[in-house]
Amino acid sequence: MTLDFSTLLPYTDAILEGLVTTVWLTVVTTVAGIALAIVVAYARDGSREGPSGIVSRLLGAYVEVIRNTPFIVQLFFLFFGLPALGVSISATVAALLAMILNLGAYTAEILRAGIDSTLKGQHEAARALGLSRLQSFRHVVLMPAFSRVYPSLISQCIIVMLGSAVVSQISVFDLTYAANFIQSRNFRGFEVYLVVTLIYLLLAVGLRLAFEFVGRRLFAFRQGGSS
Amino acid sequence: MALVSVKDLHKSFGELEVLKGIDLEIEAGEVVSIIGRSGSGKSTLLRCLNQLEQHDWGTIHLADQRLDGTAMSPGELSQNVGMVFQSFNLFPHKTVIENVMLAPLVVKQTPREEARRIAEAVLAKVGMSEKVDAYPAQLSGGQQQRVAIARALAMNPKVLLCDEVTSALDPELVGEVLRVLEDLAREGMTLILVTHEMKFARDVSDRVVFMHQGRIHESGDPQTLFTRPRTPELNQFIASVL
Ligand SMILES: Nc1ncnc2c1ncn2[C@@H]1O[C@H](COP(=O)(O)OP(=O)(O)O)[C@@H](O)[C@H]1O
Ligand SMILES: [Mg+2]
Repeated sequence: MTLDFSTLLPYTDAILEGLVTTVWLTVVTTVAGIALAIVVAYARDGSREGPSGIVSRLLGAYVEVIRNTPFIVQLFFLFFGLPALGVSISATVAALLAMILNLGAYTAEILRAGIDSTLKGQHEAARALGLSRLQSFRHVVLMPAFSRVYPSLISQCIIVMLGSAVVSQISVFDLTYAANFIQSRNFRGFEVYLVVTLIYLLLAVGLRLAFEFVGRRLFAFRQGGSS
Repeated sequence: MALVSVKDLHKSFGELEVLKGIDLEIEAGEVVSIIGRSGSGKSTLLRCLNQLEQHDWGTIHLADQRLDGTAMSPGELSQNVGMVFQSFNLFPHKTVIENVMLAPLVVKQTPREEARRIAEAVLAKVGMSEKVDAYPAQLSGGQQQRVAIARALAMNPKVLLCDEVTSALDPELVGEVLRVLEDLAREGMTLILVTHEMKFARDVSDRVVFMHQGRIHESGDPQTLFTRPRTPELNQFIASVL
């Protein structure tokens, strides 16, 4: 077999379109998923103090369902299942929603571990200073909790980015969909998937570097460096 | 009238009755040390005073205002009662001055400029003016605890509660924190201190309270209490710590 990458050239636009879709799905999911996780972690954390038992139970169920079912089934449920209930959403919206719900659940659980570990003292100090639970969560608890679980958070976001390949199954034109599409036309599976594999690899490395760049700025307080 | 007035305070954790009826009156400007064995309820008493724990029975008044239950909002309470913990509990992601400014900004809604001025003043008082922009991780334990004291003072409380604030410190760092407390005492701050520093309790407090099994077993002026304990329990305690 001879490698011939020139057979891909006519499909550059398809690869670029897929790449753009995968990147924007990942970026929106990362931002929205982390925001969702913060809200869920706050609401679940409250169960220990407040009487918000039902909300906390429901959110707990959401987290468990997501974490104990395959992503592709969650995606299919949103895309193929919801119309049966009269809710029809486009493939792109279904993909985005599935990814956000998925990252939100995993990240909420990751954050909870960070909050549980040693932040009780800081939270108490905040309460003694008169901060409300929400003020304490926002100003005192959140940042150290994030800094503590940041490595797991990075991994989770990369997992979701890579897992997004599954959305090609509902015909969202992402990078994997582009690869399947090209392969079905030029029958050069090896070249196509080699290139796409490399692109995913670069995306994962790039995402990690971006996270680490942000982390160094956000969590400078941990270094104990100069002042 | 007493500044702090505690009447018949009871507190249980499940089956365990930790406070079995505490009566305590503290005048403005008084320095009261609470001593006693581990588990005798000292921390629980302090934590009830600023409502980190809700007591089951009894009342707490500050000046003539009821402080317990829902009588006072957490924001109001923090402007009456400040607390310093054994483990400092500084906010690690905030600089020294941000630690001190947070509660005035968020709870009192003090304008930023004024909050900064207040923070600089209290940090000067504890001798931490040089380190306003440092993060807690860059400070020694003694320095962290002095910042924690400043942070509590920034809310201008009428009473400062200190729960074994030197117990987590290396011995050579204890002095700098005790000196800050002495200064505060001299300025007329009302202090309630749980402490294992018997020399400090004897030299600085106006009154020493000995807690034993959830009750105030004995209390009085430090000289009398330490030299002529009336109860065998206090006698034994003093012997074990000196
Ligand atoms: N949140 C809590 N839940 C259950 N038991 C507690 C709690 N806090 C304190 N206790 C118990 O109450 C007793 C008194 O504790 P504490 O007030 O901390 O004593 P001290 O400060 O004098 O050592 C101890 O037996 C302790 O185990
Ligand atoms: Mg204690």
